[in-house]
Amino acid sequence: MIVASLFAQAPQVPEGFFTQRDPDDLSCVAENGFCPGWIVENFERYVDPFFEHVYLVAVSVAIGFAIAFCLGLLAHRQRWLTGPLIGATAALYTIPSIALFLLLLPITGRGNTTAIIALVAYTQLIIFRNMVNGLRNVPADAVDAAAGMGLTPTQTLLRVEVPMALPEILAGLRIAASTTVGLATLAFFAGAGGLGAQIDAQINFKSNVVVAGGLAVVLAAALDLLVLGMQRALMPWRRAAPA
Amino acid sequence: MSTDAASLEFRDVVKRYPGADENAVDELSLELPAGEICVLVGPSGCGKTTAMRMVNRMIDITTGDILLDGRSVTERKAADLRRDIGYVIQQIGLFPHRTIADNIATVPRLLGWDKQRVSERIDELLDLIGLGSEMRDRYPAQLSGGQRQRVGVARALAADPPLMLMDEPFGAIDPINRERLQNEFLRLQAELRKTIVFVTHDIDEAIKMGDRIAVLRKGGRLAQYASPAELLMFPADPFVEDFVGADRALKRLALQRVRDIELWNGALCRVGEETSAVRARLAEADLEFPLLVDGQGRPKGWLSERGLSGERVREDIRSRAEPVLDLDDILRDALSDLLSTETMYGPVVDAEGTVRGVLSLRAIANALNIAPEEVPSSAELASGALTQ
Repeated sequence: MIVASLFAQAPQVPEGFFTQRDPDDLSCVAENGFCPGWIVENFERYVDPFFEHVYLVAVSVAIGFAIAFCLGLLAHRQRWLTGPLIGATAALYTIPSIALFLLLLPITGRGNTTAIIALVAYTQLIIFRNMVNGLRNVPADAVDAAAGMGLTPTQTLLRVEVPMALPEILAGLRIAASTTVGLATLAFFAGAGGLGAQIDAQINFKSNVVVAGGLAVVLAAALDLLVLGMQRALMPWRRAAPA
Repeated sequence: MSTDAASLEFRDVVKRYPGADENAVDELSLELPAGEICVLVGPSGCGKTTAMRMVNRMIDITTGDILLDGRSVTERKAADLRRDIGYVIQQIGLFPHRTIADNIATVPRLLGWDKQRVSERIDELLDLIGLGSEMRDRYPAQLSGGQRQRVGVARALAADPPLMLMDEPFGAIDPINRERLQNEFLRLQAELRKTIVFVTHDIDEAIKMGDRIAVLRKGGRLAQYASPAELLMFPADPFVEDFVGADRALKRLALQRVRDIELWNGALCRVGEETSAVRARLAEADLEFPLLVDGQGRPKGWLSERGLSGERVREDIRSRAEPVLDLDDILRDALSDLLSTETMYGPVVDAEGTVRGVLSLRAIANALNIAPEEVPSSAELASGALTQ
């Protein structure tokens, strides 16, 4: 009860936030400061939102990559499609994200599906463009040699062109992953959870915003390192010392 | 180790690109026997590369046909056809993301060879091109230009194709290494005896590499199809004459070795011999100076008048017998040696150093009059060197 009365003076911190009896932390929370003690004590409440966030990002980037990759292959075979596809993915990219979440609500309802559809839409431009550029920058002599040795067009694409375009394709994937981590913090507008919902819940409490936001940054960095690791594992020839 | 080489025939082959006013290749007909190198040469835009690329159908034939061992190249699926034809291009086109071993294994794997056989073939080819097996796991970026070119040739040879197409294969290599690669390749060919279509814009390379040379002019018209010697001796028209260059006589000399021409008879003499015998020999010889040789018949020098003045030959040399030429010297190099020592004659020795005759400027001039069929191509010279 004493605790409750203390809280009455700090209305921006909702009931139930205070779980610790250390007077220093008490006053830190009361003053809406950055409170390490409070964070340690309350870290558990960020675990579920964090993994929700990871889920949103992972699923969206995976689906987004799959779609953009196929579109990239299609545009490589049917050159005339490149322009229209870049236009379409760029148009998707320019829709304000909150507007897209809200626009989708009446169609797909509240929840992860809506969020994922929107997040997938935002990955398309970056991954597709990098894929198309990557394939276009593959040296013509390697493609000519491949065809001349009797690789079929599909073999040439999968064994020569795609591997040689990997640096650019994966660069696109890195940017898309980082961007999606950021955009996913707005997914709560579509009723999905994630770190965004957690930020929104106590948006005026500094410690909360710092932890939730910080976790998003950590996630983005971790994904970046993951793709970088993939790059190194998939492209040993990039590390080989030149003559 | 080789499968048989294939013969190749162009039969009235025409290539016309859609919308073009002129044919890129015009009614090209030529036959190439199995195991020979045919060089397509001409100025840029003469359709030589187009003609070559129609063989493995990298470019479609408009009309006419190309026969590989009597069978039209259009009969089979393009990819299958190409797996049977080695393909080397100027930029090499190694796959930068594959190791050297994987690059070489490209066609054998397409053909479904088992692992063991592929691996053995890689070792065999690395050995053939003079690269160690430690190169297997390197990437193309770790190799020098010359090494990459060798790997490109090894990759084309991997499935032992009966025909090879080579588009300016040494064009991007510096002149010193190009010469070395050309020689290496001729030695390789002497062993492998593939049928080869070789494209270049460089007439010297054409003469060096070709058993037969097809000179093309703008519009893809065949100006002349002949052996290197015939091309140099009897250019068909002013275009070919101009294209082979004003030094065509010298170029011909590069196709012959000293042993191929009729050498002069020199009067040999040894110290202590009766001078009358030497004088008798001098009357028969093509040369008025006796050549003093040692006990093993090795040249010591041209004998002076005083050396012959007594009863017996005395060691009195007018000038040293320089240059001493070798039977295996290329005639052009031998001529160069004569010119650079400012002399008209030089003794010719065999591998043991024994004098076998005398090369003179006049003998060289006579050599230029022999029939072109008797002048071998460089490829034949290389195979001759190999069998010795």
